[in-house]
Amino acid sequence: MYDLKALYQAGTVAEAVALRLAHPEAHIIAGGSDVLVQMREGKRAGVELISIQGLDELRGVSMEADGTLRIGSLTSFSHITRDPLIRKHLNVLGEAVDQVGGPQIRNIGTIGGNTCNGVTSADSASTLFAYDAIVELTGPDGVRRQPIGEFYIKAGKVDLREGEIQTAILIPKDSYERTFGHYIKYAMRNAMDIATLGTSVNVRLSADKKTVERARVAFGVAGPVPLRAETAEQAAAGQPVSLQLAETFAQAVKADINPRDSWRAAKDFRMHIAVESAKRAFLESVKLAGGVL
Amino acid sequence: MSKSVGKSVTRVDAYEKVTGRAKYMDDLCDRSALLVKICHSTIAHGFVKSIDTTAAEAIPGVVRVLTCFDVPDIPFPTAGHPWSTDPDHQDVADRLLLNRHVRYYGDEVAVVIAENEVAAAQGVRALKVEYEELPFVLDVQKAMEPDAPQIHEEYPGNILKHTDIRKGDYEKARQEPGLIRIEGWYDTPTVQHCHIENHGCYAYMEAGRIVVVSSTQIPHIVRRVVGQALGIPWGKVRLVKPYIGGGFGNKQDALYEPLCAWCSTMVGGRLVKLECSREETFVSNRVRHAIRTHIISYVRPDGTLVARKFEAFSNQGAYASHGHGVVAKGMGAFPQLYPCENVECDCWSVFTNRPAAGAMRGYGIPQAMWAGECHIDDICNRLGMEPVEFRRKNLMPVGYQDAFSKNELYSDTFCQCMEKGMEVLGYPEKYRAYRNQTGPVRRGVGVAVFWYNTAVWPISLESSSCRMVVNQDGSLQFQTGETEIGQGCDTAYSQMVADAVGIPLEDVHVISTQDTDVTPFGTGAYASRQTYIGGFSIMQTAKALRERILNIAHDQTRMPVSNLDLVDGRIVRKSDGRVLKSLGELATEALYSMENSRHITAETTAQIKSNAYSFGCSFAEVEVDIPMCKVTLLNLVNVHDCGTLINPALAEAQVHGGMSMGIGYGLSEQLLFDEKTGRPLNNNLLDYKLSTIMDHPRLEARFVENPEPTSPYGTKALGEPPACSPAPAIRNAILHATGVAVDSCPITPHVLYEKFKAAGLLED
Amino acid sequence: MENHVIQYQTVHFNLNGKDTERTVDVRASLTDMLREDYRMTSVKKGCEVGECGACTVLIDGKAFNSCIYLAVWAEGKNIRTLEGLLGPNGELSDIQQAFVDEAAIQCGFCTPGFVLTAVEILESGQEYTDEELRKLLSGHLCRCTGYENILRAVKTTMYRRLGKPMPAE
Repeated sequence: MYDLKALYQAGTVAEAVALRLAHPEAHIIAGGSDVLVQMREGKRAGVELISIQGLDELRGVSMEADGTLRIGSLTSFSHITRDPLIRKHLNVLGEAVDQVGGPQIRNIGTIGGNTCNGVTSADSASTLFAYDAIVELTGPDGVRRQPIGEFYIKAGKVDLREGEIQTAILIPKDSYERTFGHYIKYAMRNAMDIATLGTSVNVRLSADKKTVERARVAFGVAGPVPLRAETAEQAAAGQPVSLQLAETFAQAVKADINPRDSWRAAKDFRMHIAVESAKRAFLESVKLAGGVL
Repeated sequence: MSKSVGKSVTRVDAYEKVTGRAKYMDDLCDRSALLVKICHSTIAHGFVKSIDTTAAEAIPGVVRVLTCFDVPDIPFPTAGHPWSTDPDHQDVADRLLLNRHVRYYGDEVAVVIAENEVAAAQGVRALKVEYEELPFVLDVQKAMEPDAPQIHEEYPGNILKHTDIRKGDYEKARQEPGLIRIEGWYDTPTVQHCHIENHGCYAYMEAGRIVVVSSTQIPHIVRRVVGQALGIPWGKVRLVKPYIGGGFGNKQDALYEPLCAWCSTMVGGRLVKLECSREETFVSNRVRHAIRTHIISYVRPDGTLVARKFEAFSNQGAYASHGHGVVAKGMGAFPQLYPCENVECDCWSVFTNRPAAGAMRGYGIPQAMWAGECHIDDICNRLGMEPVEFRRKNLMPVGYQDAFSKNELYSDTFCQCMEKGMEVLGYPEKYRAYRNQTGPVRRGVGVAVFWYNTAVWPISLESSSCRMVVNQDGSLQFQTGETEIGQGCDTAYSQMVADAVGIPLEDVHVISTQDTDVTPFGTGAYASRQTYIGGFSIMQTAKALRERILNIAHDQTRMPVSNLDLVDGRIVRKSDGRVLKSLGELATEALYSMENSRHITAETTAQIKSNAYSFGCSFAEVEVDIPMCKVTLLNLVNVHDCGTLINPALAEAQVHGGMSMGIGYGLSEQLLFDEKTGRPLNNNLLDYKLSTIMDHPRLEARFVENPEPTSPYGTKALGEPPACSPAPAIRNAILHATGVAVDSCPITPHVLYEKFKAAGLLED
Repeated sequence: MENHVIQYQTVHFNLNGKDTERTVDVRASLTDMLREDYRMTSVKKGCEVGECGACTVLIDGKAFNSCIYLAVWAEGKNIRTLEGLLGPNGELSDIQQAFVDEAAIQCGFCTPGFVLTAVEILESGQEYTDEELRKLLSGHLCRCTGYENILRAVKTTMYRRLGKPMPAE
């Protein structure tokens, strides 16, 4: 039995928005794998909940006319991993969310919840950052779109405004087209764990596969919110594919990341793993893109 | 006669468990129960000055709030040891039901009894507890310093107990010229049992007595402790133990049964239930002692051990619980495993402000094997000797007898086990192939052996009682005080009963539940004792039952007893092998006889004054990704000599489980505490890294069967031994792979990062 | 202390093949409803925060931790628990029999959850490698078995259903 004060269940997005306005103190619950756990811990005990679990319109992956990939916010991790569009265009995201918790969590956990809780360790977040994802928010004034980097305000806090719910994550065509990516979850065990560090890299190579046209890298747990390492990206852009480039790229991430010391891991350890992971994820991405090393 | 012992028969409880019908504590509790929720201290050390219960009491559904100011002033012990009538050998009575003097972060200060769990939880959050804080200490050696905070007034210097072993003359022997000195400090962490069913219990009063149904390993012991804690005659307490979801030693303590029983008495004997959450289980039940061990060995260049010193500092946590027995058992293994003429051993159990440490699978031996077997490989590394060769040369020889326990090594167990382990792993080839690797990813193989002894004689009482009752159809029920906790003893016992009485296995019905009102006395599941100890009382009771049956057969058939036998449930005339009648016909006639009606039963107590060594080894193969600071366990092989196997399939399964626990001990498990507050940091199954199915290689369990001469069934300990040697075997494999000796477990990536950095193996 | 009104809601769903409805306190988890209202003892509580898998049930064919699933979300769903696997005369399903035969059961507390996840795996009709099976089973913790015989039970049943021989190990 959960210590919740009241439960409001939305049947449509419009109802969810109305409930948000009517009960501004209420917390949104999607899959529940974060919210219910925190209620059990006593952190959110006694709160009111707005359940958006029933909004089936927010489930599923589709492609918009301009080639943008649209992932409904309530799409579960296991759905994303299996989805044919994701497998074809953004396989790295499917692989990343296939490393969240265990199978049961991946069946209930949603990409919207994973991003709205604002935690830096979210397995989807670094890949979404690395693909310049756009967050779609629906509120009383209609739909608002915001780059994911601006959606995160600080640890545990995202830019979800009065009356709003997150309705989709969008990946623009230019982000994923001709790119290949790899995600490395660094954790203390191989399942049922949260990332000590998450590294997502993707590259776009020239037609002859000899030059890196563009490289992107984003991290989870390398700062209070997920972040991009642009110094490394710039260091790789336009450079010939080589082992040395992987090394240069990896070393350059140190300029932008700022992990903290905590009981979970020391700062210098996370820095070390970030460099090694960036190198390996870069090499793997280049290989996936057809590059020869 | 068909033999049941030695066959992999199906578990007797398999159907109930695989259908979800097996009833555990909470499945049995009536839904009308009031719920008890504990308020735990939020400081590591200090005194409760006051508790304001007003707000809690005002919450709808809250029935009663009880605090540390309400409890009887009766200190009681909790350890799951047999009681001793000698006051000098009784367990330390340092517990109260709720505590004004709180000694760790998570100590019990109050309870809220409510009609539902939400009200109970709200009630606990609404309590306003005011503390007078005192300094606290978490580290075992810091707790021994002169200015350390005093945790129990009666124990100056926080030392619960110190014991030693002296043999030969260490100081003189180490002066021998040409000796090589190897010294190391070895650390083990605080870990928790993590049985999947948390501890819980319920209690109510009936006919002026208190009934407690509990998830425990030791019903008869807990009954006694409830009586002691409440200050009531032990006969006023009835303890029932249903199926339990694992124990591993945590439930070899009186946990919250006394508190729950007391709560019932405080609400007019109403039914109350106390279920621990996972978070509480981690902190406020029991943990395994973290032990820091210091070993110095003086060795001749040929590998002969000349003089050895051993010091162990055992982190007891806040309360005595099982106390000094744990580290003392580990120390006891040291001079026996690798006999040496000159040995000095000391060990201390020291109170700190951590959760109370009690029994956990292995009882001091996983810690002692971590230290001892890491040290042996440090010696090998230094001497350039191959680790199996060194062990062959120095391990306890066949015929060795321990003066105190009188245990003897009857067979060449160690060499046989190591031979088998090497063969399964392909050790010799891999040992050679993995030498002198460079590169970022390297492999290694390692070995560790373990010492274990079965049961608790001669330190404590060893006794088991058994009752058998024959039904009209010739089947029988039997019960013992020894408990099924998942390990499979109900099945092993059923096999033993079938053979010893002479009836088919399907005619044997075990009464799995222990109910102290009706179950014969037995002390329960611990010390890997039950198959060994229970075997004595089963054999003895079966003998008595057969005698009764054959006497009745004589009455019914006029054949002399000497010419009668009971085989496969039939009365057979030995001289011509003719079946005279079935046991069912005999029992029916005996029970309903108008001349001489008899209910066929037998009940005996066996006191056991022997004990048995149970040895074996682990072989591990690892791959170490140096830049990633990660270890992948590629292979793990355990080989055991636990005597004759009663049920090979269940034995193998039990070894798998112990190996799994050993893998976690070696690589990932550790309960962490905040240095500034003493607060536990990772007391949940997400942050405490118990191995998942993805963290294991295929587990290989093998056996060497040398029948144990002291056991009627040739059997000896298997429950705990599998958890004793995997961790040092993994550590030694990492040493082989990388040349880096890690002296503390778990060997996490954090530890490897520091070690590899220091060894110059990391580039940046 | 605020005294708020308890909210109830009637939930209609299919439980083990049978349509049913219950009026529940909206604060109840699916574990609570199945254990308290339906007395389904196979649904176990090991952590109540989705970390151990002991409370796993199948919802529309997929495995979920019922402890972190609100009972009212069961509306319109097909829910299966271990109780639903038995034949009319108490016959074990093939996967349950495999758990028995492979000695994959010890204390029995994680068993129901593992069996239900195994059902989802087997009903996919696919053939998986050992590594894939480990991943599919990784949402359950077990402290008794080391997972070895559980894996074997699932694997043997998978091959039996596929009509293929078990590959040599």
